[in-house]
Amino acid sequence: MYTQGLDAKTEQSAQPSPRLVTEQEAALQGRFQERVDAEEKIEPRDWMPEGYRRTLVRQISQHAHSEIVGMLPEGNWITRAPTLRRKVALLAKVQDEGGHGLYLYSAAETLGVSRDELVGQLLSGKAKYSSIFNYPTPTWADIGAIGWLVDGAAIMNQVPLCRCSYGPYARAMVRICREESFHQRQGYELMLALAQGTAEQKRMAQDALNRWWWPSLMMFGPSDDQSAHSAQNMAWKIKRFSNDELRQRFVDATVPQAEFLGLTIPDPELRFNAETGHYEFGAIDWTEFNEILKGNGPCNRERIEARRKAWDDGAWVREAAVAHAAKRKQRAMKKAG
Amino acid sequence: MSTDLKDALFGYALRLGDTSLVLGHRLSEWCGHAPELEEDIALTNVALDLVGHARMLLTYAGELEGKGRDEDRLAYRRDVFDYRNHLLVEQPNRDFGHTIVRQFLHDAWSVELYERLCASKDETLAGIAAKAVKEVRYHVRHSGDWLVRLGDGTDVSHAKVADALGRLWPYTGEMFERDEAEQALVAAGIVPDPAEMKAAWTARVEAVLNDATLDRPADGWMQKGGRRGEHSEHLGYLLAEMQFLPRAYPDANW
Repeated sequence: MYTQGLDAKTEQSAQPSPRLVTEQEAALQGRFQERVDAEEKIEPRDWMPEGYRRTLVRQISQHAHSEIVGMLPEGNWITRAPTLRRKVALLAKVQDEGGHGLYLYSAAETLGVSRDELVGQLLSGKAKYSSIFNYPTPTWADIGAIGWLVDGAAIMNQVPLCRCSYGPYARAMVRICREESFHQRQGYELMLALAQGTAEQKRMAQDALNRWWWPSLMMFGPSDDQSAHSAQNMAWKIKRFSNDELRQRFVDATVPQAEFLGLTIPDPELRFNAETGHYEFGAIDWTEFNEILKGNGPCNRERIEARRKAWDDGAWVREAAVAHAAKRKQRAMKKAG
Repeated sequence: MSTDLKDALFGYALRLGDTSLVLGHRLSEWCGHAPELEEDIALTNVALDLVGHARMLLTYAGELEGKGRDEDRLAYRRDVFDYRNHLLVEQPNRDFGHTIVRQFLHDAWSVELYERLCASKDETLAGIAAKAVKEVRYHVRHSGDWLVRLGDGTDVSHAKVADALGRLWPYTGEMFERDEAEQALVAAGIVPDPAEMKAAWTARVEAVLNDATLDRPADGWMQKGGRRGEHSEHLGYLLAEMQFLPRAYPDANW
């Protein structure tokens, strides 16, 4: 799963200060933009503007961190899945997320940063990950709601990324999207079982929808007029559609799905506009979004603490692996020499 | 198949299924918390395989029993004293080294078992084994490689796995126990002889311990009881967690 929603204006993401551009650089930039405009893929060894590289490192690593942190809220239910079939499906899903994290860190590494450096930024709190994972999963229905809504929103964001101008990212996204759409269908099927189940199960499903609806809409990031990077990222073809466009597509696709489930979307202002063919929805409470970005979500602390604990508790294991590899190498050299 | 033999095979399939399920549960507790991302993925993968084996084995056990219990009924509606898993696999995770030692001792057994079960005269069991053996060969390589890395890594890692080996060794005897019911299955060519498996297991374990620079603990008093439903205190908590939803909502379908 993924986020974007991370491109709110922050100090870090301020535009680079203007400086003199040499003639040669201007030519390179011109050529770069021509290639992007012609839908050619940019590859790791190609020349690229520093801002493009920086933007990609930030976006890809945030995406990777989101996958890794995202393993926690869902992993929370693996040991309690109510049937063995559901348990296997959830294990496989969380494992896929770990795999997505792995390819995304690899894609980021092609831009000249190491995975350790990126993980260090996550653990120190410097790097962001999707705010959606700072919400808790208190009931089993949350697993369905995450698959249906969170992965559903992720797919809206990610399918256009399969055409991102940067080759390694675009290719990673093709595989990720295939898996995400499978997760989304699985999540919806889980919700359907609850919605068609006992009164208690239906209540559980509605409660999860109530809690996940608005955070899912926030996953698309700030409104277009508040988004810091949109114009440049569109020109670079890192981003293809604006936050608001993607959010609208998600609402249009999801409302009928909720109706089919017999569940109510928690928005009294939601209505279909027959003229535009789109659903209109109520105002998003950006205060909540901003508070979570600042670290005040219900699970921000737990999530990072869990990642840090895994990292710290595993230090002796990683050290042992390095020490053993060195011993083997030494023995092999002795044998050879 | 005679009724006695069928009962014996039911008990056998249940024991293998429970053992896979409980170990799969323990491994799945690591998901998201492993020492590195590759290990998160690998441990989850092994957990997935084990729960997959449990599903096949419990389904088959239910069929043999003929009382209409399916995999979920067996997994989610039995209490501790009806579980038949080995005590080894219900031992809690403690740390990564302990998990690896537990896993290796089990994997070395399961690879010997499934290789032999492929030739079982019971077609269903042979079919399950044929699928499982490919996976457990990978499992034993994974846990064995880690045991060597940790045993022959740093002083700290060596001490941790040596301690885990001492703690867990007394649970290995149970894997090779043989009762009358199992003897009948051996005689019918349905399951392998545990005594013969023990020799192969010992050779496999000793080779890896040697590479890991670890001493094989002496075979002293062995903890037993899992196959009779006499478990440690740990299993009750594991089942309470695993069975929570079907117990809290007994009429629900998920």
